[in-house]
Amino acid sequence: MNHENAHRANASALATIGAGALFGFGLALSGMVRPEVVLSFLRFQDWGLMLVMGGALVVTLAVYQGLARRQGAPLLGGGFEAHGARMQRDTFVGAALFGVGWGLSGVCPGPAIAGLGTGNLDMLWVLAGLAIGAGLHGWRQPAAAEAQAG
Amino acid sequence: MIASLFPLGWAHYLAGGLIIGLGVALLYVTTGRLAGMSSVFSSSWSFVSQRPFFQQPRWLESRVWRLQMALGLVAGAALWWLLLGPTQALDTQVPAWRLLLGGVVAGYGARLSGGCTSGHGICGMGSLKLPSLLAVGVFMATGFLTAQVLA
Repeated sequence: MNHENAHRANASALATIGAGALFGFGLALSGMVRPEVVLSFLRFQDWGLMLVMGGALVVTLAVYQGLARRQGAPLLGGGFEAHGARMQRDTFVGAALFGVGWGLSGVCPGPAIAGLGTGNLDMLWVLAGLAIGAGLHGWRQPAAAEAQAG
Repeated sequence: MIASLFPLGWAHYLAGGLIIGLGVALLYVTTGRLAGMSSVFSSSWSFVSQRPFFQQPRWLESRVWRLQMALGLVAGAALWWLLLGPTQALDTQVPAWRLLLGGVVAGYGARLSGGCTSGHGICGMGSLKLPSLLAVGVFMATGFLTAQVLA
């Protein structure tokens, strides 16, 4: 085991956990971990989710399109991953189904995970569902099917 | 006007969104990774299923960091709970069947689509991907319909 590689793996793990912690703190602060808040957005009673997504998107755009391009490569080595979204039927059929599930539960994948940190054990229902759904999806795919980033 | 659009106030929404963006940005700047959160539900199957789909390099190579990220999400939300949250644990009045069934449909759909609110909504639109922008429009529309029909 090369020391430099071990250092880099540790640094990557720390950065990833730290990034996740910011993400999770933001999800909790914004109330996205509360299904009632998400459902009130989907019923046009509270437009807060637009501010959450807008705020996250502005920072992401600035960094993906600005800072990172100037930087050239990730600080801890390797390259920048390219987003795999494609103009194909599955992208939209899947999105339509995702919306139905989101409207049923009021929970999407990030808040389902983060919600556990707020002591909300009801999120285990959603987590079990998401795992079953992703499992069914993979079960039905041929091995060569190229899954996308997300 | 502001009060009717945001009955619970607006500042925490914007602050939370900006912090989520900082997390997405930190992950990208340091490691080059995209912070879509639905993939962990596919990649983690590679630990237990020998199905060829789950044994693809893209899942084997990302399954550890995706779980690290998930651990971070739980820790960050727990920090919020300790510092700013209510004394009681959060809970929800949404019935269990809706949480479970909604999870199954959303999990299948997100993986078929290649992203969710974070994968398409934040990372995809942040990458200026037109399919992601359209996917967000589609899931918002079916989300609105479902939530209003079942209200």
